[in-house]
Amino acid sequence: MEETAAKPRRSGGGGRQCCICHERRPALKRPKTLEQICRECFYAVFEEEIHQVIVENQLFKPGERIGIGASGGKDSTVLAYVLSELNKRHNYGLDLFLLSVDEGITGYRDDSLETVKRNEVQYGLPLKIVSYKDLYGWTMDEIVKMIGLKNNCTFCGVFRRQALDRGAALLKVDKLATGHNADDIAETVLLNILRGDIARLSRCTSITTGIYSPNAYRGFAREFIKDLERIRPRAILDIIKSGEDFRIATSTKMPEQGTCERCGYISSQKWCKACVLLEGLNRGMPKLGIGRSRGLNSNQMKTDKPTSRTKSIESKQCGSLDF
Amino acid sequence: MACNGSACQSGCYKNGDELAAPEEGGAAAASNSNSNSSSNGSGNNLCVKCKVKEPFTVAGGGGGEDGRFCAECFRSNLFGKFRHAVTSNAMIGPTDNVLVAFSGGPASRVALQFVHELQYKAQKNFDASRDRSLPVFGVGVAFVDESAAHLPSSDKAMDQAIEDVKSLVLELSPPAKELHHFPIESICSGDSSDQREKLKEVLNAVTDATGKEDFLVHLRMLALQKIASENGYTRVVLGSCTSRIACHVISATVKGRGYSLPADIQYVDARWEAPVVLPLHDCLAQELNMLCHLDGLKTIELPYEPQSTINSLISSFVALLQEENPSRESTIVRTAGKLTPFAFNRIPEINDTNVPLATRRRQKRSSLKLNGSISSESFCPMCYSPLIQSKVQALDTPEASKTNSYIFGSSCCSSCRFQILPQDPLCMEHFYSHLPPPLVARASSGNAHDIRSLREHIQDYLLLDSDNEQ
Repeated sequence: MEETAAKPRRSGGGGRQCCICHERRPALKRPKTLEQICRECFYAVFEEEIHQVIVENQLFKPGERIGIGASGGKDSTVLAYVLSELNKRHNYGLDLFLLSVDEGITGYRDDSLETVKRNEVQYGLPLKIVSYKDLYGWTMDEIVKMIGLKNNCTFCGVFRRQALDRGAALLKVDKLATGHNADDIAETVLLNILRGDIARLSRCTSITTGIYSPNAYRGFAREFIKDLERIRPRAILDIIKSGEDFRIATSTKMPEQGTCERCGYISSQKWCKACVLLEGLNRGMPKLGIGRSRGLNSNQMKTDKPTSRTKSIESKQCGSLDF
Repeated sequence: MACNGSACQSGCYKNGDELAAPEEGGAAAASNSNSNSSSNGSGNNLCVKCKVKEPFTVAGGGGGEDGRFCAECFRSNLFGKFRHAVTSNAMIGPTDNVLVAFSGGPASRVALQFVHELQYKAQKNFDASRDRSLPVFGVGVAFVDESAAHLPSSDKAMDQAIEDVKSLVLELSPPAKELHHFPIESICSGDSSDQREKLKEVLNAVTDATGKEDFLVHLRMLALQKIASENGYTRVVLGSCTSRIACHVISATVKGRGYSLPADIQYVDARWEAPVVLPLHDCLAQELNMLCHLDGLKTIELPYEPQSTINSLISSFVALLQEENPSRESTIVRTAGKLTPFAFNRIPEINDTNVPLATRRRQKRSSLKLNGSISSESFCPMCYSPLIQSKVQALDTPEASKTNSYIFGSSCCSSCRFQILPQDPLCMEHFYSHLPPPLVARASSGNAHDIRSLREHIQDYLLLDSDNEQ
């Protein structure tokens, strides 16, 4: 970052210069610090901070193949730009790719996929699109035709989470970079507290993970975080700090991390959630793995203790159970 | 990437809840302490517990509890939760002198009522027993008067409120209870006008509205501890309920206080000279409101203007979530309950042979629960939260410039440094010079808690009471 050793020039309003270069007129007030900053310095500071995070946490090694999760949205576009910039500027020596997921929903992804294709051209990053059809044999349109409009969010969410991972494996990338920002992580910390998900709470602030699942009160949480940021911008980072400082009691039962018997994906059950859902689709039993219905895993697992309440284990997301 | 709830037609709100429901259903069932194999539908409209009387309803709907219990079962259910918290955490022993913090609100009103009922029963047993072996614990009431912090001058509404508190406490006998009306400025040094001045100065120095509110809470605890130590109380009872604790979980998270959060949300907090206990820990604010309504328990509203702070934002947020899902507050508290508590989150062991053996045994049993708790060594002098050792700031400035206010400031946690302490060094000096002596003493006395726990260890070998203890 070039810091111009300029003499502070005072124009009529005194202190109306960018607080970093003291030369140019400020273009915005930086949300993180509320400082007044000009465009060029904002770019510089923003990129430098990301570079620092990468260096301090040793996120990459030279020669690694990095898949950039690209949705076509602002976060992944910025990520693609910044990573390719920094890769050049600081000689990370990385092999960068764009990785995009096509759920097979007509009209939904088309625009964003166009954006990603543009990114490919603009930043010179090869693009690979993995589709649900490729990975699972079903498009979302086909799934919806089979199961209707209820519960399709479950399918899409579970499949999408795995799709990036599986796509990355197909491409033989060493690491997956996603555009999750502080707001996302803060929101996730908050949601995990609200949901009672202690297992995820302990994982969600580690720098290399980020997990989503669709829920209605996410909307409330998002609003809350926006309001909070207005009152105290640093609260977002404070939430992340709290998340990092949480000490989970060792007596708390955490789900065991194993692998799915069918596909080898990480799972705390014999079959991962995606495989359970797929089995249901393929067998024409679309309710398998949804809600409280007794399903595949309970038949497979001999260790399942009979309970009087119809609590179904497989209705929970992978990695979110208490044993 | 995330599902946009409004566009999606799959009703994933329901789905999300279904996925989460088994856990939350369990929580709701636990908080009702009732079998929930019966459906929620009120076909026959009888109390779900005694199945004899009709459930009561609150006009306009009382939410989750409405139309399930008859008044008596509801009351006994609530008192049951209170009593369970008291006995399983050895909160109140027969030789204890208990100070109930009363704010006028419904939760502390119920706390006061339940403690009174417990004492009344103990008194009846004592009177009826032949050998009078089990003494009755004492109860006092503390009303910390914060009007100097909120109101410009003496206020008629406030005077009336104080009179109401006095008559309320008078009615709660036998056994009679002393009321300690404590103006909060009394923790500052000097005569009464000095004190009011100092309080105003010190509050004005805090520019962040949330910081000011939290600062006042820290001063309130100082006040309660002062009342306790000057009047021989061995416990401080707060009316903090599940709802309040849920808000505290969120607010601590949002202020970067994730490390110290577990310290504040357990049943027992023995950081203090007089350990602080939370017997209404498992009761929802809504239940407590309903009980006040049912039993005509008088609450007192104080004429303070509500402030717009992060804390109030969080209260509205949690209230909104609770409306959307009546087990949300319990879930939040249960999740946070899985964080490791601290060593001081239990009643210290009693080695006094005058205390009945049964009491000592019960206390020992409850303290065994906290295996693997964290031992902390230093505390923030402002909020008394435990500090992560590795993050305790090294004072690497030259000795000469280490003023007392600088030392104080550097030993505070980052949250207090941000939201309470003035940024400007001169303002900080001014602020520090007006702080109440007990606060200042914390920073320099090293670690009061550690000294106490050391004392515990060597108690048996001490021949004389130390004169050094203040």
